[in-house]
Amino acid sequence: MSTLHTINKSPFERSSLTSCLEHLAEGDAVLIFEDGVVGARKGCAFAEALRAKQTSCAIYILGADLAARGVKSEDIAEGVGVVDYGGFVDLVAGAARVCAWL
Amino acid sequence: MSQATSKKKFLYINRRAPYGTIYALESLEVILIGAAFEQDVSAAFLDDGVFQLMNGQDTSGVGMKNFSKTYRALGDYEVRKLYVERESLAERGLTLEDLMPITYEDEDEDYAEKPSIRLVDRSEMVRIISEQDVILSF
Repeated sequence: MSTLHTINKSPFERSSLTSCLEHLAEGDAVLIFEDGVVGARKGCAFAEALRAKQTSCAIYILGADLAARGVKSEDIAEGVGVVDYGGFVDLVAGAARVCAWL
Repeated sequence: MSQATSKKKFLYINRRAPYGTIYALESLEVILIGAAFEQDVSAAFLDDGVFQLMNGQDTSGVGMKNFSKTYRALGDYEVRKLYVERESLAERGLTLEDLMPITYEDEDEDYAEKPSIRLVDRSEMVRIISEQDVILSF
């Protein structure tokens, strides 16, 4: 069973996202929310790192946190899936464990 | 529920240096709580978390309690797996020799003292995370 990794801090402020991406097993999922969403914009410094992991892992972002920060869904890095709070719950329920990268 | 099925694998992930924030001390306290409930407890030290295990910590100049000696007592609480990530040490210019000697007594081998710290590669850390029932991050 897979692990759901969560990221809620900006990768420009902390190493959480970078460290998380280095600790993913094949089939794991990543959910980016709260301030983490600032590191998921198309063309940003972390977009390539997110894309590189998508061959083995699924990456999601919480739409409400994007909207709150004025980032449009169409402006996020390629291949990142937008989920709502229900989708967040589904990801947690579908994972064997949750690993938070604070 | 039987004892056998209620025992879960708990991993405490530590990614911060001690003293700058309360995370390291809080983690240590929660590790001891997990051990008190007789769970299969292990702790991971990666990124700046490796500094929690530094030998020779002296907090007399910063006015905070030096809780580093508590790590040496973890063995008495059946906490015997302290995974330290090799890459995190190397990135910070550290080696295993910079860390405290932390041991436990193996009752199956005439109470021989064995090292609790296990140096693991990042790929092994990924596997360790994947084997857990519960992960608590600090």
